[in-house]
Amino acid sequence: MKFFKAFGLLALLILVILFSSGLLLLVLALAFPQAFASGELTPVVISLIVAVTVVGWNLLAGENGSIKGVGLLILLAFAAAFPLLFPNGEVTSIAFFTLMFAAMVTGWNLLAGYSGYLSLGHVVYFGLGAYALALICEHWNVPAGYGIFLLVPVAGLIAAVIAIPAGWVALRVRRHAFIIVTIAMFFIGQLLAENLTNVTNGTTGLDLPFPLAWGGDFFNTPFYYAILLLLLLAIALSWWVRHSKYGLGLLAIRDDEDRARGLGVKTEISKLTAYVLAALIIGMAGAIWSYFIGAVYPMSAFDPTFDVTIALMGFLGGIGTISGPIVGALLLEPLRQTLAANAPDWYLVIYGGLLLLVLLLLPRGILPTLQERWQKYRALRQSERPSDDIVISSLPEQGKPANIT
Amino acid sequence: MSLLEAQDVCKAFGGIQALDTCSISVAEGSITGLIGPNGSGKTTLFNVMTGYERVDSGSVRFQDRSITNATPDKVFRLGIGRTFQLTRVFPRLTVLENMHVAAQRSDLKGQLSRWSSTHEHRRALELLDFVGLTSLKDLPAGNLSYGQRKLLEFAFILVADPRVILLDEPAGGVNPTMLNYLTGRIRELNQRGVTFLVVEHNMEFVMGLCDKVMVMHRGTKIAEGTPEEVRANPAVLEAYLGD
Repeated sequence: MKFFKAFGLLALLILVILFSSGLLLLVLALAFPQAFASGELTPVVISLIVAVTVVGWNLLAGENGSIKGVGLLILLAFAAAFPLLFPNGEVTSIAFFTLMFAAMVTGWNLLAGYSGYLSLGHVVYFGLGAYALALICEHWNVPAGYGIFLLVPVAGLIAAVIAIPAGWVALRVRRHAFIIVTIAMFFIGQLLAENLTNVTNGTTGLDLPFPLAWGGDFFNTPFYYAILLLLLLAIALSWWVRHSKYGLGLLAIRDDEDRARGLGVKTEISKLTAYVLAALIIGMAGAIWSYFIGAVYPMSAFDPTFDVTIALMGFLGGIGTISGPIVGALLLEPLRQTLAANAPDWYLVIYGGLLLLVLLLLPRGILPTLQERWQKYRALRQSERPSDDIVISSLPEQGKPANIT
Repeated sequence: MSLLEAQDVCKAFGGIQALDTCSISVAEGSITGLIGPNGSGKTTLFNVMTGYERVDSGSVRFQDRSITNATPDKVFRLGIGRTFQLTRVFPRLTVLENMHVAAQRSDLKGQLSRWSSTHEHRRALELLDFVGLTSLKDLPAGNLSYGQRKLLEFAFILVADPRVILLDEPAGGVNPTMLNYLTGRIRELNQRGVTFLVVEHNMEFVMGLCDKVMVMHRGTKIAEGTPEEVRANPAVLEAYLGD
């Protein structure tokens, strides 16, 4: 019985996804017939379909673990096969950036989403990871090739170790003051990269080894898989934190930090751990990125627009959820890149307009808002209206105390 | 024997002396009331004893061990639970998740495990049953009524098996039915050996519940005794009615 119910849900899910993707394709084909025909919209269309799938699967599966598992496997298989299905270099490059942002937003969400400490400066660890890898390669004369990917965790760890004292200082303050401190730390990082010329080579930047062996369209593929692996690591971390006792402590800090402290939550160490874990993921993303781009400069490795982009993606998808950051990255990054390439004059206007629309209609993010509406709709259909005085009716009878020992 | 005591505690906020060489002692197994006019320092004393404020001078002892200026998380883990005057629960967590927050364990393995699979889970459910919130366990705590939040706050401090519970105005804004219910729960826990220190303005509630009452005025204790003794004490009448 349970199996059939699960099967029915899965069938419904697939139907909904097919229908909504078809609708999206139709709208896009009618709106931009030329761009659609020439294949320039392919990345946007694919990411839209994937995003709709993730959202739909989240809503319909609800708490059903097996359906969630099936959905995850399908998505994973699709992600793994992607470079084979779409070998075009432009498409895989956009895919790389999309997954990179998905990983970074997922990492950032550990701190901003779960503990509520909004950081607008975690891209400083992106830059640190990027510079760390560049410096390691330069000083040890690391040859180009797959071996460099093994150094990515080292670069990430360097960023994370630097994040320990920095986070300890930043987390002395809360809310708006914390945001300001993180922004300040970001610019300190950028200024250091510019001015420590004997280490960072200043504005001239540093070059990374170039893997000549990976020619043509294949060039992007190793980077794509590296960043996919990082994304999976970030998702696993996010999932574990969301379900662990440690993560529950973070969520309690988000709601009422002093109350959490009074219930035995070690707030200081919990916040710092989240801060450092976010720095680790973002630092590794920076390292992979620097190898992909082939050079690091203070302005590109410490890019303030990345900070804003991460926060926007997080808020769009829904912070504090596991899939929200991924949905946000899937929706924004391919769109941004396609717009930048095809409508350079209008792209910022369109981009900003879309964001305004979403903030107006779905202020808490796509996933939490839709989840709530879906639950309300389900509750209404089952006509389970909450009664007004639940407490009194559910009090245990006096003289028949419940056992608490 | 005294379980929790404050000795000659002083605490000033700017020019205001909130606590002025204040000493109180809570006997083990008692339900002690703490009353006094507004601004007499009751809540500040609570904050000092639970680590939310640092003392200027003086000491706080629990089970003959100094906890002066200990952090709130340490105080809680030693076995002192407290509620707040304006009830504080975690509004965006579900009722059940709220219960689990208090069941924090300091060992790494406990931190890394899934909260829903820990052995505290059954206890959390039992305690929700104890305060009658079982049917609401999956609702966000922000959706609860004020009285229900009071019960939830009361329940989640019980998860950690505190030796002493400090209640800051448990009766404020609670309807009579709920208040009777709360009184019953407090008595029941007291019979199991939990000590209570209760700040309350509702005299009927205090006099009916407590076996000993202390009166504070201008940051210090001015009287102490059984409810009847305190009621007849001229200094108390002076504090409440006098200048």
